[in-house]
Amino acid sequence: MAGNTVELTSANWEAEVVNSETPVLVDFWAAWCGPCRVMAPVMEELATRYAGTIKVGKLNVDEYPEIAGRFGVMSIPTFIYFQNGQPVRQIIGAMPLERLVHELGL
Amino acid sequence: MTEGNAEAIRDIAILGAGPAGLTAAIYASRALRTVAVIEKGVPGGQIAMTDLIENYPGFPDGISGMELMTKFEEQARRFGAEFINLFEVASIGRDGSHFILADPSGRTLKARTVIIATGQQSRQLNVPGEAEFTGRGVSYCATCDGAFFRDRKVVVVGGGNSAIQEALYLTRFASSVTVVHRRDALRADRILQERAFANEKISFAWDSVVISINGDTKVDSVTIRNVKTGETSNIETDGVFIYIGYNPNTSFLAGTVELDEAGYVITDDTLQTSVPGIFACGDVRANHLKQVSVAVGEGALAAVSAETYLENLE
Repeated sequence: MAGNTVELTSANWEAEVVNSETPVLVDFWAAWCGPCRVMAPVMEELATRYAGTIKVGKLNVDEYPEIAGRFGVMSIPTFIYFQNGQPVRQIIGAMPLERLVHELGL
Repeated sequence: MTEGNAEAIRDIAILGAGPAGLTAAIYASRALRTVAVIEKGVPGGQIAMTDLIENYPGFPDGISGMELMTKFEEQARRFGAEFINLFEVASIGRDGSHFILADPSGRTLKARTVIIATGQQSRQLNVPGEAEFTGRGVSYCATCDGAFFRDRKVVVVGGGNSAIQEALYLTRFASSVTVVHRRDALRADRILQERAFANEKISFAWDSVVISINGDTKVDSVTIRNVKTGETSNIETDGVFIYIGYNPNTSFLAGTVELDEAGYVITDDTLQTSVPGIFACGDVRANHLKQVSVAVGEGALAAVSAETYLENLE
């Protein structure tokens, strides 16, 4: 599952998201969430297609609830797009790759 | 990935991967037909969002909806059914001997028969704040989102089985659960009512409807109105879980097959719709009981009827 996505933790959040030079799409997910599982290959595809343009990170909300709470995540999957370390767009729910790309304005 | 081959003509396309669609897929693929299960979201249907099913035979201690549907899906995959997720069928057309299913962006799939098993979805309140706060405190799925409300207050809207089942589930996490119901008695099964009345975390706002959901970046409160006195009041809450009934997922079928006045698909007793070669089963059908056990029976029958239809063509 490693692929092109980055596993985010409280330890690497600062470096991988806040101080990232490229925009970061963070997938807030959990193992028990069916729609999140369906989105996993979509995230891999997105990361591959936009390699070098955006970074795709995955944050497990069960392991890091404090980060999910900080961004008001109350439903998963939630996708938050960060530019210059700031959340600029929040998208909720599973959707096909093309719609996600459209919503992100990529 | 999620795309199916656009040129292949499957024997049977099944729209919807809930209990009815997955059962149809098991029967049809076991009969060695080429089967595509086309799902606009993810497999499992409404029931996958249910914490515990206690009335589906074979599971004396009950089973979670997600676990049961995972087994259904595994069984269909074992017999070779193809799964196409995140594909929303927007129209069913015809090209000579086969049907063409198109999504809103124009992607297409082909099949000789179609089984509609698209089910129904939660009705919305249509009040201010509902759409804005969906996913930020407003939810239609306690098992999906309940864990985000640990030690917080929540409101459940509705008085039927879903509302009370999910109110009970939410007491695992929430500090309090207020059930807002427009009548002065619940419609839920007696066994669920008794559990709810015995649970000290659950309180009730009877004869009341939600007229707005309020907050800044997330939900802070709901405003309710008593339908008998006309009085309005506010309930402070972090979450609003809405279970006020269902609408059939049939808007894409208008003008294609015959629907009843509520939008459910009308069939004959072989489950064929008004269009030969198109069948319907489960909650989406104009039937009398929306239950997994009924959907399973109808899924089997729809698959066998589709099989008979194909044999007559051959």
